Amino acid sequence: MLNAILVGILETVYMTVVSTIFAYVIGLPLGVILYVTDKGGTHPILWLNRVIGFIVNFLRSVPFIILLVWVMPITRAIVGTTIGSTAVIVPLVIAAAPFIARMVESSLKEVDLGIIEAAQSMGASSFQLIYKVLIPEAKPSLLVGSAIAITTILGYSALAGTVGGGGLGALAYNYGYIRRDEDVLLVTVILLVIVVQIFQEVGMLIAKKADKRVK
Amino acid sequence: MSDEIIRVEELNKTFTGKSGTIVALDGVNLSIRRGEIFGIIGLSGAGKSTLVRCINFLERPTSGRVLFQGRDLAELKPRELLLARQSMGMIFQGFNLLSQRNALQNICFPMEIAGVPRADAKKRANELLELVGLSDRADAYPSQMSGGQKQRIAIARALSTSPSVLLCDEATSALDPNTTRQILELLKHINKALGITVVMITHEMKVIETICNRVAVIDESHIVEMGEVKDIFIRPQSKIAKQLIFPQGDDAPNISKAGKRSLRLVFDGTSAFEPIISQMTLDCRAAVNILAANTKNVDGKTYGQMVIQLPEDEVSAARIEAYLKDRSIFFKEEVPENAECDTGRYS
Ligand SMILES: Nc1ncnc2c1ncn2[C@@H]1O[C@H](COP(=O)(O)OP(=O)(O)OP(=O)(O)O)[C@@H](O)[C@H]1O
Ligand SMILES: [Mg+2]
Repeated sequence: MLNAILVGILETVYMTVVSTIFAYVIGLPLGVILYVTDKGGTHPILWLNRVIGFIVNFLRSVPFIILLVWVMPITRAIVGTTIGSTAVIVPLVIAAAPFIARMVESSLKEVDLGIIEAAQSMGASSFQLIYKVLIPEAKPSLLVGSAIAITTILGYSALAGTVGGGGLGALAYNYGYIRRDEDVLLVTVILLVIVVQIFQEVGMLIAKKADKRVK
Repeated sequence: MSDEIIRVEELNKTFTGKSGTIVALDGVNLSIRRGEIFGIIGLSGAGKSTLVRCINFLERPTSGRVLFQGRDLAELKPRELLLARQSMGMIFQGFNLLSQRNALQNICFPMEIAGVPRADAKKRANELLELVGLSDRADAYPSQMSGGQKQRIAIARALSTSPSVLLCDEATSALDPNTTRQILELLKHINKALGITVVMITHEMKVIETICNRVAVIDESHIVEMGEVKDIFIRPQSKIAKQLIFPQGDDAPNISKAGKRSLRLVFDGTSAFEPIISQMTLDCRAAVNILAANTKNVDGKTYGQMVIQLPEDEVSAARIEAYLKDRSIFFKEEVPENAECDTGRYS
């Protein structure tokens, strides 16, 4: 049993971290594109903004459990199976990337427009503006966002346990729900809370440490 | 070769929004000379910020031309425009420092953009920190600095790519009078020492008086008046200039009693008026009547103007004029209202 719990924790952390990384690989650029192509943005391209905005909103409005089942063909095409921790990463990324894109967009919107104007007045190119001004200036807010993202993804990953994903969610479902083993259920709940807390606290700490605005 | 560095021709800028069209600039013409400190003054909403933003093309004019060093900015390729902007530094009311970078890194920022090697950039940044008197604050983040210090860092940052023009949009408006003076002195020093042309946008006449050579008065999207600061200060033509010079509402002192000659003295901050006037009374052995005064004393220096009535005795009057000339006090003979202004005399 102890072994199963240990494996459960490792699988949960694995799914969460890998999904978060891939979700950011997709979500961060999307968030930047949403920001710069918006009406008041540095490179307004309204049609592109609308198209991406629509896809993002659409994916965000599909409940995760439905998305999970729905994207199974894609999962099978990419991973070769729809069962197990690795397979769950695909729907997790598809669900989390749009959410991350919106969070990134809102973090970038917090950047003082005056600072952007100053950088433009120095002859910064659009690309320099993004990687030298927008992202570094939004860094503390982006880090807070990533702490939220990672805990949200962890929550989704537990849900994925019910349809053949691994991790603590599967453990809780298989032992707690199917076999009615209340003790295992309790232990997994406590462990999930602890893992969430650790991710959350560490994320917030890093965000705080990174912010140069506080003395 | 002309000594003109910036030329603005028939500049128009309109903004179209939901609430209709806003004309921010209408038929603006300017010629800014190399090495001068040129002021642009106007009330809030007059179009000042829009005008500077058009000068470095952060804002594209709706029509009209902006020439920088003889080149029409509209004809530059995007890459060339970025390079042109690197030779126009800019500072702002809100400083606009990068909050996640310390002072040194902020100063290095434009050099990173321009592709200056890191070691060279750091060396130059340290020199600039010295120039603005903040060598000891290299590691401080903007949140750890006062407004005046932040503006100094912003100035150092704007100078890092050795621009030929420094655009200042309300650079002192967020600072207290003392800090304002220090920043203005720094700008004046930079102008002298480095020969950089400075364009000062402000709504404060004091800023114009203190450092500008020439000034344009902008009101409701138009330039209503332009010329030497002294001339405009002595005899503002437009309602808005009068209002800016005498914000208390009292009109320019222009009492001139029939018969007696009166002089309008201008104090531009290079001297204090009390010792001048009392010494004048002693030296010239003549008393003068102060008919009107609108002066301000800052740090023992007088800004503003005053109308004095000369004694009827012509010898004393001549002595007083000679005395004023000797002391480099700018003055102009006061003429009754409506009469044409006679030529001003610069001492
Ligand atoms: N991006 C914009 N979109 C729409 N209207 C604008 C924009 N920028 C400026 N305006 C309008 O243009 C006019 C001039 O604005 P501007 O900012 O140039 O004034 P200002 O003289 O700098 O004022 P202040 O002293 O308050 O800074 C104002 O009526 C303003 O509302
Ligand atoms: Mg303004």
